[in-house]
Amino acid sequence: MTDTAAREMPLEPENELQDDVAVVDDHGSDIAGHDDHEGHHSSLGLSNMKLAMWLFLGSECLLFGALISTYLLSKARFLTELVALNPRVLDGLRDGGMPEELIQEFIAEGSVEPIFDIPFTSGSSFILLMSSLTMVFAHKAVSEGNYRNSRVWLAATALLGSTFMAGQVYEFTIFFREGLTYGGSLFGSGFFTLTGFHGAHVTGGIIMLLSLLVLSFRGKLQSNRAETVELVGLYWHFVDIVWVLIFTIVYLIP
Amino acid sequence: MTTYDDQLALPSGLSDGPRQPLGIFARPRNANGFVDWLTTVDHKKIGIMYGAASLFFLIIGGVAALLIRIQLATPNNTFLSGDAYNRIFTMHGTVMVFLVVMPMGAAFANFLMPLQVGARDVAFPRINAFSFWVFFAGGLMLNTSWFIGGGAPNGGWFNYAPNNGVAFSPAAGIDFWNIGLLITGIGSLTGSINLITTVLNMRAPGMTLMKMPIFVWMTLVTQFLLLFAIPVLTVAQVLLAADRLFGANFFNVELGADPLLWQHLFWIFGHPEVYLMILPAFGIVSEVIPTFARKPIFGYPFMVFSGVAIGFMGWGVWAHHMFVSGIGPLSVTAFSVATMFIAVPTGVKILNWLATMWGGKLILNTAMLFSIGLVTQFTIGGLSGVSHAIAPSDTQQTDTYYIVAHFHYVLFGGALFGFVAGFYFWWPKAFGYRLGERLGKWNFWTMVLGFNLTFGPMHILGLQGMPRRMQTYDPAMGFGLWNMVASWGSFILALGILMLLVNVVQSHLAWRRAGRPNVGADPWDGRTIEWSIQSPAPSHNFDVDPAVTSLDDFWHRKYQPDETGKLRRIHTGDEIAQPGDPTGVHLPAPSYWPIVLAMSMPIVGYALIFNLWLMIPGVLLMTLSLWGWALEPADDLDPHDDDGAGQGDSASPDGGDGATAEPELETVS
Ligand SMILES: [Cu+2]
Repeated sequence: MTDTAAREMPLEPENELQDDVAVVDDHGSDIAGHDDHEGHHSSLGLSNMKLAMWLFLGSECLLFGALISTYLLSKARFLTELVALNPRVLDGLRDGGMPEELIQEFIAEGSVEPIFDIPFTSGSSFILLMSSLTMVFAHKAVSEGNYRNSRVWLAATALLGSTFMAGQVYEFTIFFREGLTYGGSLFGSGFFTLTGFHGAHVTGGIIMLLSLLVLSFRGKLQSNRAETVELVGLYWHFVDIVWVLIFTIVYLIP
Repeated sequence: MTTYDDQLALPSGLSDGPRQPLGIFARPRNANGFVDWLTTVDHKKIGIMYGAASLFFLIIGGVAALLIRIQLATPNNTFLSGDAYNRIFTMHGTVMVFLVVMPMGAAFANFLMPLQVGARDVAFPRINAFSFWVFFAGGLMLNTSWFIGGGAPNGGWFNYAPNNGVAFSPAAGIDFWNIGLLITGIGSLTGSINLITTVLNMRAPGMTLMKMPIFVWMTLVTQFLLLFAIPVLTVAQVLLAADRLFGANFFNVELGADPLLWQHLFWIFGHPEVYLMILPAFGIVSEVIPTFARKPIFGYPFMVFSGVAIGFMGWGVWAHHMFVSGIGPLSVTAFSVATMFIAVPTGVKILNWLATMWGGKLILNTAMLFSIGLVTQFTIGGLSGVSHAIAPSDTQQTDTYYIVAHFHYVLFGGALFGFVAGFYFWWPKAFGYRLGERLGKWNFWTMVLGFNLTFGPMHILGLQGMPRRMQTYDPAMGFGLWNMVASWGSFILALGILMLLVNVVQSHLAWRRAGRPNVGADPWDGRTIEWSIQSPAPSHNFDVDPAVTSLDDFWHRKYQPDETGKLRRIHTGDEIAQPGDPTGVHLPAPSYWPIVLAMSMPIVGYALIFNLWLMIPGVLLMTLSLWGWALEPADDLDPHDDDGAGQGDSASPDGGDGATAEPELETVS
């Protein structure tokens, strides 16, 4: 028995049985169909990498869901205690160096609104949203094989993301100067953990974008690798959408 | 035939060219012996390592259990101090849940699932190796707390707030629990993504979802549960780490925090967790019972959809762990009803197994006995579980030994018995010989006797009011008799588990003495396609992708109805089994980076606990291994591509031609 025959044997149990057993005929047609697609297949018609990325993002939804819930709970409990003038909570804020006027504003409004600079954060949110647009252009350029444009758009996306991050660092610094520390209050812990986790995700995305850029300059980012850009894009859009949620929940909803 | 070449390739673009970017990042080839195990990306070897690691941790958790039983055997016993007792029951629970039952499920999922779907490996072999090593690294790190950092954790496996805070638990034990499990969680997450992708995307041609073996279905549900449950636990652990290590206040009651947040997060993870521990065992017995009842599984779609239903409903019942925590009557009622409903799909499974056995020609070998053991003992545990769903009853039972009895009946009498059934059933496929049946039956009956003697009396103790986690008790409480029985039972149970290990050694030696006879591809007259390849399974699994046309495909290739409609065997399994010829098969090369990357994680963990300077080597190693991972060829270059370049690895003494991949293909052990 030749090598090839031996390897195909399990699929066609016995030649003389083929006429009797319909199932075996099906096997035969499967072999033909199978050889057509070069020996590998994907059952869903979706690449493994892309499926894995979707699964990862699904898992990330739960991560951010739990973090956002934690933030909402922490803020609510913080405000309840603050409005009730719990001395430990007040001391926590004062120990962080928060000016008395700001504390009184928190209490008067029953909200953490006074510390936020909504126009500033709206601006940085807009920048992050724009980066999703440039990401789409980057993917389009790579799939069309327009390498010069793809580099421009990848760099633009990374730059916009970095601008957003710079804004977050600036905002954290301002908050810290105004006495909102990580350990001083339940609200501080919740706010910095949630936004910090998101910031870490953006930073990860920027590193991916820069890696793509390096690959592109080394000529390794041809149009047959467009899916890599698409995957980074998926992640990037996801991080943006999460920010829209966070921005709405943390900054806009009183 | 470059089977999964493209799918295996990370899209870094670097696997296209023949050039090796950096010699140091060459992927090892011809690895053998010890290095082979450290660098392997073969799902079967990784599955075997998961199994071996879980047995190793089973010994640790088992010794802890025996210490607990010695302490509780007699009233007012002083064998263990209260402090030691707290640490030992905490580690017993933590090790058994996270380092024994979960990885044992992963062992079967890794070894078996790709074989059952007809794939050559999982979707991402290196990430698979990483998942194992990061689990193992986290598990080892957790267990170093026995020796360093002021002692093992003592907050219970659930580690409730605010007891887990620095104020009440200043020693580093809780940090070991927290960081160690955070690290194993990374492995669970990457593993779940990998295995789901494999099930969904790499099935053999013709294997539609409703033609997948039940075990594959249960693996799919389990991994989805992990995918969504692990991040919730991760958040809880991140919050706790922030509190303990960086002065945050998430569980600081003084500043108004609600410590119930921990319970909610923990049990949103924790209830899906109990299902993801039991479902792999359900999958295993759903393969074993039809094989030895000589009948197809009864009600296949019901088996599938009840598993999927458990997967969904498992998310809506977590607060039944919190009936006495003051969550309010409305929540209690809602979760009580939801919990009663989730018993329905579980009951469906039990009925289906019984109906499968009904009227079958039962072959009562060891694998079948353990499966029947699962069905029986899980039913007892399931019924006591329903009694917890009734909130007023649960209020009486909470924190008593009744609860301990319940979850040991489902997790030990259920899950672990199922896993042992799986060991006996698939051992020939993994190692090429069967485990001894004589000792196997002794193993089964000793375990059944020991198990029921240990945990049966705990129902009574619980109803008598004996609290959990109590270091000792007064003779006047009347707990003495049944505690003594349970302690004797635990040693009988330990003897039973020892018999399994002895059976492994003995059967292996006997097989070697007999000159390693071939057990054949299909020793049990199996139903699913993993029996259509040689035993032990060759490295490349399938010579050619199997074409699947029906459920229990392999069975239908062996048995066909004749003119009168009676099923007749037209082939033996060995006749139609694939010969195990690796010609033309291309497998991914082993890699050092998964284990190196995994080992960098505990270093970062120790840095967080002890000294942030340790961050430097930890992060350096992590960065290096990530670079190494990204820069090494995603797959070794196909030796049959005729690109003439091989690995570009001039250091390789064998010249780097295609033949070097071959010896690896023959080494399966
Ligand atoms: Cu539960």
